[in-house]
Amino acid sequence: MRHVFCVRIGPIGFRVGSDWRAPIDALSDLYRYYPAPNLPDFTVRLEATRPWRRWIRPSIAIAGDYTLPEAAPLPLAQGLLAAEMAMNLQLALGGRRYLLLHASCVERDGQAVLMTGESGAGKSTLATLLAAKGWRFMGDEFALIDPDTGLVHAFPRLISLKNAGIAAALAARPDARFGPLLKDTPKGDIRHMVPDALSVGAMDEPARPALLLYPHYGAASETRGVPASESFVRLTQASTNYVAMGEAGFGALARLVRETPAHAIDYPDGAAAVAQVEALWRTR
Amino acid sequence: MRYRAPPPEALLTADLDAFAAVFHRPSGITHLLASPAREILAALVDAPLDLDGVLAALSDRFDIADASRAALAARLDELVGVGLVEAA
Repeated sequence: MRHVFCVRIGPIGFRVGSDWRAPIDALSDLYRYYPAPNLPDFTVRLEATRPWRRWIRPSIAIAGDYTLPEAAPLPLAQGLLAAEMAMNLQLALGGRRYLLLHASCVERDGQAVLMTGESGAGKSTLATLLAAKGWRFMGDEFALIDPDTGLVHAFPRLISLKNAGIAAALAARPDARFGPLLKDTPKGDIRHMVPDALSVGAMDEPARPALLLYPHYGAASETRGVPASESFVRLTQASTNYVAMGEAGFGALARLVRETPAHAIDYPDGAAAVAQVEALWRTR
Repeated sequence: MRYRAPPPEALLTADLDAFAAVFHRPSGITHLLASPAREILAALVDAPLDLDGVLAALSDRFDIADASRAALAARLDELVGVGLVEAA
């Protein structure tokens, strides 16, 4: 590959190669305070869909150790999104050291709140708002559960803000660094936000899961307890590698849902959600 | 017809609440079981039993005086269907 960038995010090392300089420059800028890995776990390649598409209407095909055959190419202007999607894909399909939960995660006093839900539930926005209130941001995409210890490890990649979440994050963290606004992507408008320095500096410190939350945006405030069996089912669905992990995944998930209280949260806006989470935190 | 449960070492069980999560090692498939599926599996651990044998074992251990043979046969068929019980 002509252009290469390496980064370690939490315990996971990536090597990103690209036919173009621009996506590598964007990654190098936004990840400038992250360490380089000793040895990358995964390789990502951003390749021209055809040789001439390096120059003419440049179009990025996502390639790497793991690929999805139906993944649509993206225009070069969305190179940062392509890189982030490709990095997530490698971990989602190839990660075996940790049980991967599609969840955002924040930490306080060594204890973590894991929030999972379908796309649009507000995982990223909620984690961002809580981080603005002094919580340590551990990740907005994957929570990494160590099957041996039950601890959650941070994966604080760039925060992928979508649509209304962009303005909410800008209002909460006007001092934060943001990537370019990527308009009209397959996921709507996207803007990447750099996690705060505290979160990046502490990313090697795992935490004990203390609260499992299932947020749902767009309804009046309501909180209800979720039994362990329902959590178990929800989290098997929220995991990208539960089946591949086999016995280790079963053990990790059973322990997580038995030891961690769980609640479903309906919320009308970010401020209400933050209040609900902090109320649950006090009475956990 | 006799029903046989997998040997105990073939299953990992985590009691959650009203349900138990069961990991079937030979297939790598996870099942979520409610009563009476858990009790049926427990009854079949010691030795294979026919339908009457299962009914008797469950009656010994649990208060299921109103249990019907047909309902029990249906639950056993379900367990056979998901691969947790073998019928021979």
